[in-house]
Amino acid sequence: MANFLIKRLVLLIPVFLVVSVIIFMIIHLVPGDPIDNIVQIGSTPQQKAALTAKYGLDKPLIVQYAIWFGKLMTGDLGEAIILRQPVSSLIAQNLPHSLILGSLALAFSTVVGIATGALAAIRRDSWVDRTVMAVILLGSTVPSFWLGLLMILVFAVHLGWFPVSGARSWSALVLPVLTIGLGGVALVARVTRVAMMDISRRDFVMMLHAKGVPPWRINLQHILRHALLPVVTILSLRIGWILGGAVTIEYVFARPGLGSLLITSLNQRDYPVVQGCLLMLAIAVMLGTLLGDVVQALIDPRVRERTG
Amino acid sequence: MVKSSSLRTILLSPRGGISAIVLLVVMICAVFAPLIAPYAYDIQSLRDANLNPSWKNWMGTDEFGRDLLSRMIYGARTSLSVALTAISISVAIGMSLGATAAYFGGAFDRLVTAAVDLTWSFPEILIALILIAIIGPGLNSTMIAISIAYLAQFTRLTRVQIMALKSETYVEATRSLGAGHAHIIFRHLLPNALTPVIVAGMLATGDAIILEATLGFFGLGAQPPTPSWGAMMSSGTAQIFIAPWIIIFPGLAIAITVIAINLFGDAVIDVLDIRRQLRDS
Repeated sequence: MANFLIKRLVLLIPVFLVVSVIIFMIIHLVPGDPIDNIVQIGSTPQQKAALTAKYGLDKPLIVQYAIWFGKLMTGDLGEAIILRQPVSSLIAQNLPHSLILGSLALAFSTVVGIATGALAAIRRDSWVDRTVMAVILLGSTVPSFWLGLLMILVFAVHLGWFPVSGARSWSALVLPVLTIGLGGVALVARVTRVAMMDISRRDFVMMLHAKGVPPWRINLQHILRHALLPVVTILSLRIGWILGGAVTIEYVFARPGLGSLLITSLNQRDYPVVQGCLLMLAIAVMLGTLLGDVVQALIDPRVRERTG
Repeated sequence: MVKSSSLRTILLSPRGGISAIVLLVVMICAVFAPLIAPYAYDIQSLRDANLNPSWKNWMGTDEFGRDLLSRMIYGARTSLSVALTAISISVAIGMSLGATAAYFGGAFDRLVTAAVDLTWSFPEILIALILIAIIGPGLNSTMIAISIAYLAQFTRLTRVQIMALKSETYVEATRSLGAGHAHIIFRHLLPNALTPVIVAGMLATGDAIILEATLGFFGLGAQPPTPSWGAMMSSGTAQIFIAPWIIIFPGLAIAITVIAINLFGDAVIDVLDIRRQLRDS
C-alpha cells in the first residue's frame, strides 16, 4: 500500500509542473506589460522597479518561472493588487471555508447517493425507482447555481429557515451543501442503481436465493458490497466535479471561500490572487483524485497490483 | 449514420417526440428572435422597473424596466449559438486529434494521451476559468474556453473508436490498394466512428449551455446589454426580494432546454444502441 501511495504521488509531480507553468503564464499571456498585472494600483516607479527585480521580469521567461516557482515553494504567492495583502494570507483565510463546504458536500453526496440508488435498485420499476430516476435527471440537468438561487428564494427569503448568505453560523451551510449535494447524489445514485441491477443478475446471487438467504441480507450484504466498487471508481474520477461545484455555489451564497475569491478577483483582474486560487483549486482536485484512488485501492486489491 | 427509419422511431417515442418539439421551439426563438420578441431587448424604462408579470409583460420586467420575455428570447440566441459553436469546434478538433493519434500511434499518440489524461480529472468549469483568466471575459472567450474544456472528451472517444477500427480487414485492404493515410482516416475510419462522437457532442451541448450560463452568471461571459440567460440571473440576484421572476424564468429556460437535450440524446442512444460505446470511453 505504501508503495502504491508513493507511485501515485510521484505521478502527480509532472501534472503539477504542467499546471504551474500554465498558471504562471497567465500574467504573460494577458494583454499588457506583466509588471502592470502584478503591481498594486498607485505604485511608484521605485516600487515597480523593486517588483521587477524581485521577480526578474527583465530576465528570460524560463528564469522568471524558476524564480516564481521557487517563491511558490516557500509559500510566497505575491501581493494582491486590489486587496493589498499577501495572496497566501488571503488563501489561508478562505481555504477553511471551502474545505468544510467541499467535504460536507462530498459526504452528503456519497451517503445519500448510495442510499437512494440502492433503494431504487431494490424497489426496481416501482414509484420509488421512478421518483429517484426523476431526481437523478433533475440533479444532472438543472444548473446548480439556479438551484441555489431557488433554495435561497424558498427556504431563506420566504420561509426564513436559513440565512440568505454568508458563513456566520452552521445553519448557513445547509443550503449550499444541499445544492452541491444534489448533483453529486444524482451521479452516485445513478451508478449505484445500475451496478446493483447488474450484480443482482450474477450466478452467485441466484445461489444465495436458492440457499434461502433472506432478500434484505442478499441486497445489503452481498449485492451492495459488490456495487460499491464502481461507485468508488466514479467518485474518485469525479471528485473534481464536486469541488468545482463548490466554486460556483460559494459565489451564489456569497460565502467566503476560494471560489468566491477567484470569481471576484477575475472580475477585478487581480492576477496574483487569480493565480493563487487557481493553483490551490488545481491542487485540491489532484489531491481529491488521489484520495479516491487510495480508497479504491484499499477496497480492491486488484487496483493496487495493477499500479504497483 | 442515422437512417430515416431510426429517426422516425426516435421522433415517435414519447420522450424523443416531446423533447424534439421543445428543442424546435427554443431553436425557432433563437433564429427568429427579432420577429418573435414583443419588445427590443435593450429598451430601458426606469419607470417600469421590476414590474410583476402581466398581460403587457408576460414575464415581468428587470431592474432597468426591460421586458424579460424579449430578453429571454434573445437570450436563447446567445446561449444556443455559443454552446453549439463551441461544441462544434471541440468535436472537429477532438476528432482530428483523436483519429490521427490513434492512427499514427508513437510519440504523437503518447503526447495526445498524456494531454487528455492531464485534463481529464479537472472539472470543465476550472479549465474554463483558467482560460478566461488568460483571454479575458466576453462571449468569444466563453466560446473558446468551452470548446477547449470539452476537447479531452471528444479526443478520447474518437481515439478509442479508431483504435478498434484500424486493425479491421477493410482498412488493411484499402491500404494494400494504395490508399493514402488521409484517405483512410477521413473516408473510411472517421465515418465509422462518427455516430458515438456526434451523440456525445449533442449531450455535451446541454452541459455547455449550463457552463455558458455559469460563466455569464459570474459576469465573465456575455457583457451588458447583450442578453444571456446566465447574465440575466446574475443581475437578478440583487432583486431577489422584490422581483424573483428575474432569476426564475431564465433558469427555467436553461433547465427545460438541457432536460430536452438529455432526453432526446437518450432516445437516440437507445435507438442506435450505442450506450456501450459511449460508456467505454
